[in-house]
Amino acid sequence: MDAGILTNLWIGFQVAVSPWNLFYCLVGVLLGTLIGVLPGIGPVATIAMLLPITFNLNPVAALIMLAGIYYGAQYGGSTTAILVNIPGESSSVVTCLDGYQMARQGRAGPALAIAALGSFFAGCVATLIIAVAAPPLAEVALKFGPSEYFSLMVFGLVAATVLAHGSLIKAIAMVVFGLLLGLVGTDVNSGVLRFTFGVPELSDGIGFVIVAMGMFGTAEIISNLELKDQREIFTSKVTHLYPTKQDLKDSWAAVLRGTALGSMLGILPGGGALLASFGAYTLEKKVSKHPERFGKGAIEGVAGPESANNAGAQTSFIPMLTLGIPSNAVMALMIGALMIQGIAPGPQVMNEKPQLFWGLIASMWVGNLMLVILNLPMIGMWVKLLTVPYRYLYPSILVFMAIGVFSLSNNAFDVLIMSVFGVLGYICVKLECEPAPMILGFILGPLMEENLRRAMLLSRGDPFVFVSPNKPISLGFLVASAILLVIVAMPAIRKKREEVFVEEG
Amino acid sequence: MKIKSPKDFWAGLMFIGFGLFFVIWALIHYQMGTAVRMGPAYFPAVLGGLLAVLGAFVLFGSFAIEGPPVPAFSYRPLILISVACVLYGYLMKPLGLVGATAALVYVSALGGHEFNWKEVTILYLILIAFSWLVFVKGLTLPFPVWPEAFS
Repeated sequence: MDAGILTNLWIGFQVAVSPWNLFYCLVGVLLGTLIGVLPGIGPVATIAMLLPITFNLNPVAALIMLAGIYYGAQYGGSTTAILVNIPGESSSVVTCLDGYQMARQGRAGPALAIAALGSFFAGCVATLIIAVAAPPLAEVALKFGPSEYFSLMVFGLVAATVLAHGSLIKAIAMVVFGLLLGLVGTDVNSGVLRFTFGVPELSDGIGFVIVAMGMFGTAEIISNLELKDQREIFTSKVTHLYPTKQDLKDSWAAVLRGTALGSMLGILPGGGALLASFGAYTLEKKVSKHPERFGKGAIEGVAGPESANNAGAQTSFIPMLTLGIPSNAVMALMIGALMIQGIAPGPQVMNEKPQLFWGLIASMWVGNLMLVILNLPMIGMWVKLLTVPYRYLYPSILVFMAIGVFSLSNNAFDVLIMSVFGVLGYICVKLECEPAPMILGFILGPLMEENLRRAMLLSRGDPFVFVSPNKPISLGFLVASAILLVIVAMPAIRKKREEVFVEEG
Repeated sequence: MKIKSPKDFWAGLMFIGFGLFFVIWALIHYQMGTAVRMGPAYFPAVLGGLLAVLGAFVLFGSFAIEGPPVPAFSYRPLILISVACVLYGYLMKPLGLVGATAALVYVSALGGHEFNWKEVTILYLILIAFSWLVFVKGLTLPFPVWPEAFS
């Protein structure tokens, strides 16, 4: 580590530990956990729901709070995975496997504690990785022209579809669908209103928050209402929290492996927490001397994936912060938040707004620390929340979403659009079309068109500009995308990929 | 031909429908331009075409590969939850926060498995107090609290 990074982190910590930012971080972590614990509401819906609260804050405070909400929601998701066998989100799916078994054996406390401690360790390491890796990456990204950006986005979207569940071709179709929906509104080049059907509210495009809340919020509530309200909760059994010496001995290596794997996978576009946790679970099972214990309450099966998903969640900020490219739906929301604050995400943010950039990074560490020292003692309270019946929860969630969407521009039309996307999201769930790739496409649609146009203008209409040897970076991204697609389409790999995602059952 | 995978069949149709819609709408209403100077129709037309082609692949696949049936739709929550949200939006101006929240809470509660007037009313009172405290007082969002006729 050279002195530059230390100076930068120092700037960051000065921003992050200012009393107000500490306060917003705390509020974010608490709110995130609160809503993350509620079953059936994942981090994307949580962040979308709470996004309007941050509109009145300054950009630094807003991002710090949103990041806090994200870790909180993720942590809350792991809590429900362990206690109720309901993954709050896809990345805690594997935590259910052994975490829930531990809870059934009366060891919910140690499982929760290991999840929190492992996540904290992973968070510390990932924060350092961001501080080290982000500046050089942003340096490279500053040299990117429109063709490089276009190819990078293609790569990001392809990688994201490869990691979606289920059918690859449906995931790609959802991306394209998202790109198209992102084009609704005024065309920046010609000023023509596209696909607005004469509705003035659509001239600025469809609000990103509105789409996310519909696809992930109302659609989820409707699907949840189909299920009967039957949950087995181990509330009374969370008695002793602290893991035994044996637990720590069993899990420290898993935490290290999970952190390493998660940090690497998180940086990849489309990677992030989901792949990290699945990968870590598989890895733990492979290296274990007693693989038969997995699925029956092995603490490594909690420690590894939980560390990995936190590390991955954190390092997935790297492409967002340095390239302005979201690697998953949560990062797409973060970019949406930046845009609402009037900041164009991209490599220039680091130089132009060092306070924001480094403040956010430092606050990630602070947020992780808060999760450990505040949430562990509060587990009892979070658990009580789980006993609240769903018939009280969902009208409350709907009230928050409706207020949030309505307050975007004090317009009833926005709420209508949210409902439309709710219905669309529900249909997509029924037809097994993943909404996450669509959201990524949606946020990248206008950016992609803009860069494509510029690249084609610069090359005088030569479509081979993206694959010419003069543009090795652009060529590299496209070749990598093609390779990824071919690999995943191969029958052997396809089968394996489906197996990995089936394990959640 | 027999549909072997109903989910893919309908998903394919959906993609083809949306894709063709974007292509046709863009070509009729906006300028195509050239590859050098792309008009507003260029990118959506290309993407719409791509979506339709992908949809066609999914559709053809549904005749070849076996897949599970489409699970039944639960129309009750689907309609009631959607209507509840829309009502909230459109009742906010005439009926204020008090009226809009009532519509949202009662209608959405009807979409659940059990409906108990007393419980829902208590929930409504809590939520209206909370919304007022947090959003009107705390975040000073400009919502009308009471119906228009009263103020």
